[in-house]
Amino acid sequence: MGRKILIDKVHIEGIRFFDTYRKNGGYASLEKALKISPAEVVEEVKKSGLRGRGGAGFPTGLKWSFLAKPEGIQRYLVVNADESEPGTFKDRYLMEFIPHLLIEGMIVSSYALGANTAYIYIRGEYAWIIDILQKAIDEAKEQSFLGKNILGSGYDCEIFIHRGAGAYICGEETALLESLEGKRGNPRIKPPFPAVKGLWDCPTVVNNVETIAAVVPIINEGGDEYALIGIGKSTGTKLISACGNIKKPGVYEIDMTISVEEFIYSDEYCGGIPNGRRLKACIPGGSSVPILPANLLLKTAKGETRLMNYESLADGGFQSGSMMGSGGFIVLDEDQCIVRHTYTLARFYRHESCGQCSPCREGTGWMEKILLNIERGKGKMSDIDLLWDIQSKIEGNTICPLGDAAAWPVAAAIRHFRDEFEWHVQNPEECLRRNYGLAGYAEPLEAVIS
Amino acid sequence: MQFSENTLQQVKEIIARYPEGKHKSALLPILHMAQDEFGGWLDVPVMDYVASLLKLEPIEVYEVATFYSMYNLKPVGRYHFEVCHTGPCMVNGSDDIIAYIKNKLNIEVGETTSDGMFTLKTVECLGACGYAPMMQLGKFYKEHLTKEKVDQIIDDCRKTASLQN
Repeated sequence: MGRKILIDKVHIEGIRFFDTYRKNGGYASLEKALKISPAEVVEEVKKSGLRGRGGAGFPTGLKWSFLAKPEGIQRYLVVNADESEPGTFKDRYLMEFIPHLLIEGMIVSSYALGANTAYIYIRGEYAWIIDILQKAIDEAKEQSFLGKNILGSGYDCEIFIHRGAGAYICGEETALLESLEGKRGNPRIKPPFPAVKGLWDCPTVVNNVETIAAVVPIINEGGDEYALIGIGKSTGTKLISACGNIKKPGVYEIDMTISVEEFIYSDEYCGGIPNGRRLKACIPGGSSVPILPANLLLKTAKGETRLMNYESLADGGFQSGSMMGSGGFIVLDEDQCIVRHTYTLARFYRHESCGQCSPCREGTGWMEKILLNIERGKGKMSDIDLLWDIQSKIEGNTICPLGDAAAWPVAAAIRHFRDEFEWHVQNPEECLRRNYGLAGYAEPLEAVIS
Repeated sequence: MQFSENTLQQVKEIIARYPEGKHKSALLPILHMAQDEFGGWLDVPVMDYVASLLKLEPIEVYEVATFYSMYNLKPVGRYHFEVCHTGPCMVNGSDDIIAYIKNKLNIEVGETTSDGMFTLKTVECLGACGYAPMMQLGKFYKEHLTKEKVDQIIDDCRKTASLQN
C-alpha cells in the first residue's frame, strides 16, 4: 500500500469545512512557515524535489527561484485550475473534496514568494467547485489564516477566484495570464517568462493545483522527508486520474514506485479490465502524451518493468516510451479502435487551437478531417503518410506546446498502430458497418497482453 | 438594459478583486453573469452593455465572447445539454447517449426543441473522464449517464419548468 499524503484525509466527514480540517492537522504548515523566513520555505520546496504536477514536470523550487524581485513591484501567485487535458480530473477531486488543502498551500506558497495576492484560475465548467473554494476562502479569512496580518505575523495575503469560460489553451500559463487579464487566451511568446513579466507585467509564478497542495506536506514533514517518498527524481506522491476501460475509474494517489501493471490490475487501483477483455493500449499521462501498446506499456523496450513515474514512463523516448504528463491515465481494451480514438483527440485539439500559429490552426483541422475519412473507410494509403507529414510540421513550430500536444497523439498512434490505419483503408465496408474490435486487427493483437 | 441591483453589487465586488485600473480582468466573470441574467446567451446589445459597464470598447468584449466556448452567441433552450464526446467519454458510450437524446428530443446536435425547452450540444472534455459518459447541465455535471438517467433528467427538467411557470 503506497503512502498517501494529499488525499489521505478526504474520507473524513466534514473535511471540506474549516473546523474538521483544522482538527485533523490543517493549517499546521502555515503556522510552521510563518516562523521561518520565505527563503527557508523555498529551500524546503527545493529539497523536496517536487516537480510541477500539471504536465511539464519542471522542478517547482527552481521555478520559484526564477521569480524576479524588483523593489516596489507586486508579485503574484496564480494557481492553474484550468484542468482540461482529456483524461485528467485530479485537481477537481482535490478542490471538491479537500479545498482547504489548496488554500493552505496557496498561503504558504504566497508567503514563500513574497506575494500578497494570489488567484485561482479555474475552468468555467467547474462552476459548483467555485462555491466550495469560496466557502473555504471565507472560512480561512474568518479564522485569520488569510487576510491582513495572518496569525499576527504581519504578513498579508488575499486569494481570489477567477472563473474561465471554456478554453483548453488557458491551461498554458501565458494564455492563462492573458485570460486573467480579460483577453482572448492567446499564448505569449517566451521569453520574457512569467517569473519576470507575468500578470499585468509583474513577476508571477503559475503552478498547478496539485503542486501547490503538495507544498503542505513538504512544509509539515520537511523537504528531505518528502524526498524519501518515491524513487529517483520522481519524489513524493502523484495523483493519477484513471479512466477508460477499467473496472474502477477514479483518482488514486500513488508513491511513484509501483509498476504500471500493478496500477492497472490491482484491486487497490484500477481493478483490471472489465468484461474479461484484454488490455490493448494506454495513454498514461493525459491525451497529449504518446499512446503505448500493451507490450511497451508494461515493459520497456529493454524488457524492464515499467513503473508509474516520470523516468520510467519516458524510458525509450517517443520511440518506445511515453510521459507522466498530468497523470490522466486512459486505458483502452482490445475492442477499442485506435483510429477512432485518435480522431476524437484530433478533433479536440482542432477545437481548442487558439488560431494564433498557422501550423496548429491549419494542421489540427487537416489531421481531424483525414482521420475522420480514414475512420469512415474513405481514406487512402497515402493519407497515413500525409498525416505523419502534417504532425511532424506542427511539432516544434508553434508559440506554445499545444502544437506538440496535438501532434504527438497522432504520431504515436501511427508509430505503434499503423496496421490499424491500413486496415481501415483496406476494409471500407467493415468501417461503414463499424465492425471494429478484434476481427480485423491481426497485427496489433500481437501487442495485446492477456 | 441593466443588471439588477444585486448583480451590480456583485460586479463591484468582482472588479475589486483586481488592482486599480485592471478592471478589464473582470470581463470573463461578468460575461458569465450577463449570460445568466439576460436569457442564457450574449446578444450584441448585452455585450455592448458589458462594455459600457467596464469602460471598454465593444470590440474588446466581442473578441473575448467569441473566443470562449461557454459563451453562447445565439439563443439556447431553457435547459442546455452539453454532452462530452472526447476520447474517454466516447470509449464509455457517449455516442449512444448523444444518439438517444437526439432521438428522444427529436433534434440534431446544435438544435433547440420547438418549445424552447432543450438544446443539445456536444462539447470537448469537461474533466469528468472517470465518470463517463457525462454532460453539463447548467451549473452541475450529470455523470455515469444511461438512457434511464437521461429520461429522468428530461422529466425532472420538465417538472421544474412547469413549477416555475
